[in-house]
Amino acid sequence: MRITCPICGERDRREFYYQGAAVALDRPEADAEPEAWVDYVHVRDNPCGMTRDLWYHEHCGSWVVVTRNTATHEVIETALASDIKEQGA
Amino acid sequence: MVELIAKTPFDGALPLEVGTVSASEVDTGVLTSVAPYKGKNKALSEALKGAHGMAAPAPNRATGKEGSRAIWFGREMVLLCGPEPDAKLGKHAALTDQSDAWAVARLEGENAAQVLARLTPIDLRPGVFKRGHTARTELQHMMASITRIGERSYQIMVFRAFAQTLAHDLKIAMQGVAARQPR
Amino acid sequence: MRIEGKGLIDRGQQINFQFDGHSYQGFGGDTLASALLANDIALMGRSFKYHRPRGVLSAGSEEPNALVTTGLGAAQEPNVRATTLELHEGLVTKSQNRWPSLGFDLMSLNDWAAPFLGAGFYYKTFMWPKALWEKLYEPVIRNAAGLGALSGKHNVETYEKAYAHCDLLVIGAGPAGLLAALTAARAGADVILAEEDTRTGGRLNAETLEVDGKPGAVWAEEITAELAQMDNVRIMTRTSVVGAYDQGTFGALEKVPHDVSMRLGAPRECFWRIVAKRAVLAAGAIERPVAFRNNDRPGIMTAGAVRAYLNRWRVATGRNVVVFGNTDEAHRTVADLQDAGVHVSALVDARHHAKCDLDVPFYAGAEVCDAGGGKRLESVTIRTAKGTENVQADCLAMSGGWNPTVNLTCHMGGRPTWDRDIAAFVPVDGAVPGLSTAGACQGDFSTHKCLEAGVAAAQGALDDLGLKRADVVAPAAEDGVYDIYPVYAVPGKGRAWLDFQNDVTVKDVKQAAVENFQSVEHMKRYTTQGMATDQGKNSNVAALAVLADATGRGIPETGTTTYRPPYTPVSIASLGAGAQCKGFAPERFTTSHKATQEKGAPFIEAGLWYRPSYFPKAGETHWRQSCDREVNMVRNAVGVCDVSTLGKIDVQGPDAGAFLDFVYTNAFSTLKVRRVRYGFMLREDGHVMDDGTTARLSEQHFVMTTTTAAAGQVMRHLEFVHQCLVPQMDVRFTSVTEQWAQFAVAGPQSRDLLNDLLDTPIDDESWPFMACGEVSIGGVKGRLFRISFSGEHAYEVAVPSRYGDSLFRTLMTKAEALGGGAYGMEALNVLRIEKGFITHAEIHGRVTAYDIGMGGMVSGKKDCIGKASAARPGMVEESRERMVGLKPVGEVKELIAGGHLFDKGAEAVSANDQGYITSVGFSPTLGHNIALGFLKDGPARHGEVVRMVEHLNGVETLCEVCHPVFFDAEGGRTRG
Repeated sequence: MRITCPICGERDRREFYYQGAAVALDRPEADAEPEAWVDYVHVRDNPCGMTRDLWYHEHCGSWVVVTRNTATHEVIETALASDIKEQGA
Repeated sequence: MVELIAKTPFDGALPLEVGTVSASEVDTGVLTSVAPYKGKNKALSEALKGAHGMAAPAPNRATGKEGSRAIWFGREMVLLCGPEPDAKLGKHAALTDQSDAWAVARLEGENAAQVLARLTPIDLRPGVFKRGHTARTELQHMMASITRIGERSYQIMVFRAFAQTLAHDLKIAMQGVAARQPR
Repeated sequence: MRIEGKGLIDRGQQINFQFDGHSYQGFGGDTLASALLANDIALMGRSFKYHRPRGVLSAGSEEPNALVTTGLGAAQEPNVRATTLELHEGLVTKSQNRWPSLGFDLMSLNDWAAPFLGAGFYYKTFMWPKALWEKLYEPVIRNAAGLGALSGKHNVETYEKAYAHCDLLVIGAGPAGLLAALTAARAGADVILAEEDTRTGGRLNAETLEVDGKPGAVWAEEITAELAQMDNVRIMTRTSVVGAYDQGTFGALEKVPHDVSMRLGAPRECFWRIVAKRAVLAAGAIERPVAFRNNDRPGIMTAGAVRAYLNRWRVATGRNVVVFGNTDEAHRTVADLQDAGVHVSALVDARHHAKCDLDVPFYAGAEVCDAGGGKRLESVTIRTAKGTENVQADCLAMSGGWNPTVNLTCHMGGRPTWDRDIAAFVPVDGAVPGLSTAGACQGDFSTHKCLEAGVAAAQGALDDLGLKRADVVAPAAEDGVYDIYPVYAVPGKGRAWLDFQNDVTVKDVKQAAVENFQSVEHMKRYTTQGMATDQGKNSNVAALAVLADATGRGIPETGTTTYRPPYTPVSIASLGAGAQCKGFAPERFTTSHKATQEKGAPFIEAGLWYRPSYFPKAGETHWRQSCDREVNMVRNAVGVCDVSTLGKIDVQGPDAGAFLDFVYTNAFSTLKVRRVRYGFMLREDGHVMDDGTTARLSEQHFVMTTTTAAAGQVMRHLEFVHQCLVPQMDVRFTSVTEQWAQFAVAGPQSRDLLNDLLDTPIDDESWPFMACGEVSIGGVKGRLFRISFSGEHAYEVAVPSRYGDSLFRTLMTKAEALGGGAYGMEALNVLRIEKGFITHAEIHGRVTAYDIGMGGMVSGKKDCIGKASAARPGMVEESRERMVGLKPVGEVKELIAGGHLFDKGAEAVSANDQGYITSVGFSPTLGHNIALGFLKDGPARHGEVVRMVEHLNGVETLCEVCHPVFFDAEGGRTRG
């Protein structure tokens, strides 16, 4: 498997650490309801098809949001998590 | 007064020469990680140019030359190799002395790329990984910085504590490549 | 029998080799199979289940029968295909699965019992009594069935792994592959041409066909020579591409030639991971045998193999050959044999309409229905409309047509489709992204069509790569029509073999259908069809044709089983290449490693680091003696310990303090410059992630320490929090773990020792507890932290790593002069347990700050990672298992980490579980064992006696619950 690090370019999957769903970017406010926190920390979809998840390129230190298809293994898009977060904020 | 005696990272494990490839220890001088603060990339590059005569390298590139080099070292980080960093750089970036943190080796020879191809998954084709290109990648199981510094020579950096393992891994790969040379 | 003619062997190079203890000669370019056949050896093995005599069936990597064991001693390698094993001087081989010998195999009694041993026999027979399965049935069955065996010794040979990258990977170097490679290479693409054979050319090496007016093999050699001259081409022979994976990654196994692999440090095999932007599969096709009664007699082989042995190796596979086929190739086989002077006694063509213009007894619309003989074919029975006829023969060349080698196109879930015209499965376009097919593997069975397809596939790849097409025209070559009359199994009584390697017959497949294993996947598992090391390369299609027939469906409806990697067998050693011995994990050595080794200290691994367990002194015979001494040394004098392995992270920037406030539970923005603070961080789920001290070197500069094993995880976490949660914060992280060699100097005399080497002495005023700052040692700039993990008056002193060895030796010598010395992990552990300090034994991922008695350290004034989750009701219940100290109070004094805690009188079952022990040490200070552990509502139960039960060692100990700090609870020693 190959993943394109937005900084380093296409690299072997072994250079990356897999975190989980990109939901992790959307941290609730400190005073959010417990349900919001439970959703954020524990509840995940298990899609057959498109998914967005977080990978860490250990070597350059970038957190990368990878949009990929769990059925075909196609990687559709990768972007720096910090870019997504800053643009969204 | 106590006198502390310095040791080099490889401490005798290099040089090595097998077939057409050699590996030797490099004293790169002072190593400083330079991590530009928010929005300071440009200012830092100019300060680097002013103080040390080279621009901050773009990702996957190295600037400067033997003895005074700036190697892209990861997200928001450059490694200044050689000169004592100018104090002005500190205005734009977090500076950290790393002179003792890395074991630095030079891998050189006709089949150097073939040796590296046994250790790292990156694309080393001459047209892709050119002189002045650098990569943060893995070398066997170690985090490494690999820079192509010449037609047939590469600079390899791993954590200092891995120096013995690097020498060992290089030797194994060098032997595998050398064995295939026509005799 | 070797015959005259050039072929592709080097008669000038005579090679001596052994098979089953006998010596033979072959030539350069021979495989073991061709050399054995040249020596008139037809019997090469025994079958898996029935121990039937078997000879070679094919001339390629699909070979099911001719498996041998090579090598001697530890290097013994079983199940090597004689058809691909290159002959080399001194090669030692032996046959397999026979006892006592290949010619006289007592196990062949199984063959007489065959009526009872069909598909499903084991499942039905050995069901009862259940207890006998493991003890009796399975061992007996396993002993009787099987292939070769490993030596059972440690493999000392070298295996290698390597990576390669290219624009275009061409898999297979037959006519299609060669021309695809040439087309792409001339256009300037970086090309890798991988070929499993020792030479390029594919079928051209086995046929007498011409290309471009020259013998095919000569043409192939010329193209190969041109490719070899080009810088952008890498030709990899002896390299089998075994798997297609995501994003253009391919796995390939390179067999290193024997003469090279004997050199110092040379590998035996190299496993390649090839990354290709585009790929062309030109893997060719594999010939189908025909199933008929006794079709497994040695001497019966595929017609293509007969031609290959004849044309490439100049070996006549018999003196009296019968050819049986269903395409024009059968006729070509006869012509080739006759040209070479080999007698052909019959040509049997299954096609009714076939005509023959050769001088040979010809049977159209006929079939071979039986074979006579034992260890060698003696006769075949030909059945025509008129009846049957026996013909003497010592070799039968048979062909049921060709199966395109679609395997790699199916590795990512693709399924091939049935092509009626060629009676075979063909690949589906786009089944593997970026991979196209060319030549026989997509059903182009004429040489010219293969050549054209090679050019076309390469041109398509060039378009995709954005490169300008090169002008290559397919040269003139044979362009016949593939006219096939499908024959899979000839009807009749007796056993007709489909899967030779797993001994699966037509009857077995029919039996599966009768017993309702009608899905092809069920049939496969019930009969073991295609499950041997050859993966049914030459038998799967015929087997499912039989199944289709038995179930009244068509072949397309029946479908195929799944083709999975690897295409050809891959040794585990090559997959694990680079990870043998020292390659398994890098060794991370501290700067004090050498000096520690010199002291005779045994090492333990901590993550990748190697740390000393203890430093034995003369006369100490047990580790406990050393450990006790080292603990006492620290409590009473001074000890030195390398703590460089702890993670050290530089945190700098205008928002450094605010950031640390967010990742730690307690505040760091309030920490004064030149001071150190202890902190721990939580995971977002509220459990403790790691702990350590952080020092503030200047307003915007902190140095965080992490535990040794969690350094990488913490760095990743900091980057996560920064990049994914608070990218607006201006803060930077850099690991400085390796920059500093850091040593703990602990004990009442620690300051005396330090003042003996610091350029400027320190005192309590300049360096109070939790102070830090820069110091100078012999002119070298270092850092000093007054922190303690032992509970003693202690420091950690750091110098740049180049001085680490020197400083450690100096510290050790000076400590010894003061009645102290170096201490290792065992003593460090006891010292910290005595003080109730936690490590990852306690913060193992399931405990909260509340559980370790530090709930108060979660600041109420600010948000931090994990705060919300840690505050959930279940996370702060008093009844949770919470940290306590434990000491033995009964007869038994032993405490064991991992032991569980129960109420004194309760039965030791999980329903009664009250908690567990995490750390144990013998405290020389207190004179007994002490432990840290977690106990339900522990802090409220101090003074209570509970029972530790450790089932593994059968130990039960009564212990008193106490405060986790066993020693100097007020902390006077640390501050004093």
